[in-house]
Amino acid sequence: MTAVATTPTTAAPATNRPNRARRRANALWGLVAWLVGIVFFLPVAWMVLTSLHSEADAGTNPPKFTAPLTLDGYREFFGATTGASPWPPLINSATASIASTLLVLALAIPAAYALAIKPVRKWTDVLFFFLSTKMLPAVAALLPIYLIAQKLGLLDNIWLMVILYTSMNLPIAVWMMHSFLAEVLICFIFSWNELLFARVLTATVAQTAPVFLTSFVTSQGLFLAKVCAAATAISLPVLAAGFAAQDKLVQGLSLGAVK
Amino acid sequence: MSAVETATARVVRPVGARPARAQPRRTAWIRRAPLLPALVFLIVVTQLPFVATLVISFMNWNALYPDQVRFTGVDNYRTVLTDAALRASIVTTVELTVSVVLVSLLLGLLIALLLDRVFLGRGLVRTMLIAPFLVVPVASALLWKHALFNPVYGLFNGVLTDVWHLFGANSPPQPDWITQSPKAAVVTALVWQWTPFMMLILLAGLQSRPAEAFEAATVDGASAWQTFRYITLPHLRRYLELGALLGSIYVVQNFDAVFTITSGGLGTANLPYTIYQTFYQAHDYGRASAAGVVVVIGTIIIATFALRVVSSLFREEAKR
Repeated sequence: MTAVATTPTTAAPATNRPNRARRRANALWGLVAWLVGIVFFLPVAWMVLTSLHSEADAGTNPPKFTAPLTLDGYREFFGATTGASPWPPLINSATASIASTLLVLALAIPAAYALAIKPVRKWTDVLFFFLSTKMLPAVAALLPIYLIAQKLGLLDNIWLMVILYTSMNLPIAVWMMHSFLAEVLICFIFSWNELLFARVLTATVAQTAPVFLTSFVTSQGLFLAKVCAAATAISLPVLAAGFAAQDKLVQGLSLGAVK
Repeated sequence: MSAVETATARVVRPVGARPARAQPRRTAWIRRAPLLPALVFLIVVTQLPFVATLVISFMNWNALYPDQVRFTGVDNYRTVLTDAALRASIVTTVELTVSVVLVSLLLGLLIALLLDRVFLGRGLVRTMLIAPFLVVPVASALLWKHALFNPVYGLFNGVLTDVWHLFGANSPPQPDWITQSPKAAVVTALVWQWTPFMMLILLAGLQSRPAEAFEAATVDGASAWQTFRYITLPHLRRYLELGALLGSIYVVQNFDAVFTITSGGLGTANLPYTIYQTFYQAHDYGRASAAGVVVVIGTIIIATFALRVVSSLFREEAKR
């Protein structure tokens, strides 16, 4: 740095040229950013496009980018031929996400109040205890929870998932109650997305959307457009929520450490 | 469990330990009361099952042989640590986590640097880049497996066919991506998902850089690389650490991608998947629990570092 500091500043009279060069560099890097953005968005775009193709057009090689659009995939998703309605799993996911978020709020607001507004003694220890539960791998608790749920007759019951999702999100909610609007969103997304617990602990009645999604993959026949339609439809609430509050995402995901 | 707490306590002490004046007992409990429902709920739902896991891990308990349930000491741990498949899954977990976190962190850094500049349509590009993170994880895994990687009708091989035809060649290569490189396939799908996360954290870091240091560097005629190396990178260090640690915590536990893309086959079974399988298909509760405890211990080691980073960021925040 000292070597740099001694360099004389000769640029004073020719301010025009560096500015133009900088503008050109900015445009160039902007173009690169656009390319990267498109590459990352491509799979999503392909998913949406394929979901609007007929099964015959979806399964071709080379791909038919300009095949006629149809809503057949979505009709299938809504059970046109199989009669399997996506609404129960979707409603289950919504129930689990919304109810667990509300329960999180009900528990976290008083806790955050006790920790932040009128701090109890050793409040940071409590705060870090909350956080540390989030870092323990959920899979290690799966078995006892399964056994307990079996004993209590709670298997395949969506309210079991509500309780579990609440416990998964409570630490984050307590941790960053200051801006809890963002938290509401993240809890919803995490609950909506969860597969492992839902797969083991629910079956037909309480089945959530991610579990339902895996059932679209069949060993016989074509299913690509259906899967893409289902994947798109199930991701839509999360995409909508996430796009609506991009700025809050980081804060929620980094447990409030990044503002 | 206590290991986490002691680690936590050690991390926390310098932050908040303000010796509080002795409060009358009753007011202390009134103050604590709002905290209790959340605390009790969390202990019951997350801590007690771990205790149960710990107990079961010392038992011989296979659901298919309910009459043979008994304590066996450390047998399950011996099996877990000597069983080749389980050991392989530990190695796989480390491989998956390290490669996904490092690659997505690097890509995230490059993209964050790009997005830190002013250009036309920056908001739209940022929105497009966030999209992968917002696709439901199972949906994204299905998308990669069937719509992109599939050797017959996947987009990748389809584009290869198109490109080859474009140049008049008739036999385009049609690799079976997942079979030929299963781990790379899982890593690619996960990197695609996690790069936006890293990018967002690092972008937040970049945008909180003190402007004065930059102006000074520009006035002094520092090159772009020098500014990056001596100002940006040191400032980003803790954001990089935070991204790496949070990413590790989430990726170590990954289940969706492994379950969907390869069903744990072809050497991609990580620990969460193996535990799921031991418990769900082999019904060996004891062994599954022992493997669970092993994961917990591994995570505690990572979590200790993570808590330290988060608490140092918090201290910074408090200073401002």
